[in-house]
Amino acid sequence: MTAYRVEVRVMPRAALLDPQGQAVQHALHALGFNDVKQVRVGKHLVLDVEAKSGEDAVARTRIMCDRLLANPVTEDFEVAVRTS
Amino acid sequence: MRRVAIVVFPGSNCDVDTLDAARAAGSDAYFVWHRETALKQADVVILPGGFSYGDYLRSGAIARFSPIMTAVTAHAREGGAVLGICNGFQTLCEAGLLPGALMRNARLRFLSRPVWVRVESTDTPFTSLYDQGDVLEIPIAHGDGRYVALPGVAAELEAQGQVVWRYVRDNPNGSTNDIAGICNADRNVVGLMPHPERRIAALLGGSDGARVFQSMEAHNATQHAVDVRAVGDRHLRV
Repeated sequence: MTAYRVEVRVMPRAALLDPQGQAVQHALHALGFNDVKQVRVGKHLVLDVEAKSGEDAVARTRIMCDRLLANPVTEDFEVAVRTS
Repeated sequence: MRRVAIVVFPGSNCDVDTLDAARAAGSDAYFVWHRETALKQADVVILPGGFSYGDYLRSGAIARFSPIMTAVTAHAREGGAVLGICNGFQTLCEAGLLPGALMRNARLRFLSRPVWVRVESTDTPFTSLYDQGDVLEIPIAHGDGRYVALPGVAAELEAQGQVVWRYVRDNPNGSTNDIAGICNADRNVVGLMPHPERRIAALLGGSDGARVFQSMEAHNATQHAVDVRAVGDRHLRV
């Protein structure tokens, strides 16, 4: 078993209103960054997972996302692995 | 007298008000700690408001895996009445006992103020003593109250009459179709964001919420399969 650092990015579904992202965008505009056309705010989770392989670590983490880390109604997720 | 289990999670803060409201309606109400595994022959289960697990990850996302939730799910699947108020509604959605999810209020602010809701369905264990179209003044206290559902689900809720309460006058949180509360397809699991337990007496500013608890007490006890209860080696119809 090897320890893998797995990073999970959870983002609100593109079709859903993201008021947090809008508020950040407005604040950036107020600072003069008018080139910002859209901001979306999500979550970044970093997990250290013991697994036989990187693929195995990703597969396990995907199950964790389905069960707990992301809400399938409102969020999409991406999983990436790094060997530590 | 119905046995009403009120589940207490770490971070629940409307549990005592809910117990008082159920007792005022005549119920035999009691607390069940979230680490317990049995509902102690409950007729009705209420998940109260609050901030279980500090709303970490998502509101209700961690409470949904508390040990007691296995029994709550079994109770619901057998047709037993379940009510989720505010954080309880969020938890029922996370648990998949109600469709959809509650997201951050559209204008981001935490809202603690009265709202007006219209009773859209009286065909649930918690609204049977209201008249359809009754407009109630009941407070909200939430940051994550914007009801959303997968495409098609909101239309299905509307078509099946599963929208139980709807915000009127204004939509405080950007909720889809002004939805304040819904029920499942079998109509035994109900969730709402406003706090009926905070409006059960004139002293509290009004009693528009009292009939939620009185309905539950008056609800036909023989209606659900769960009411045929095994006691020892006998089955009792209660």
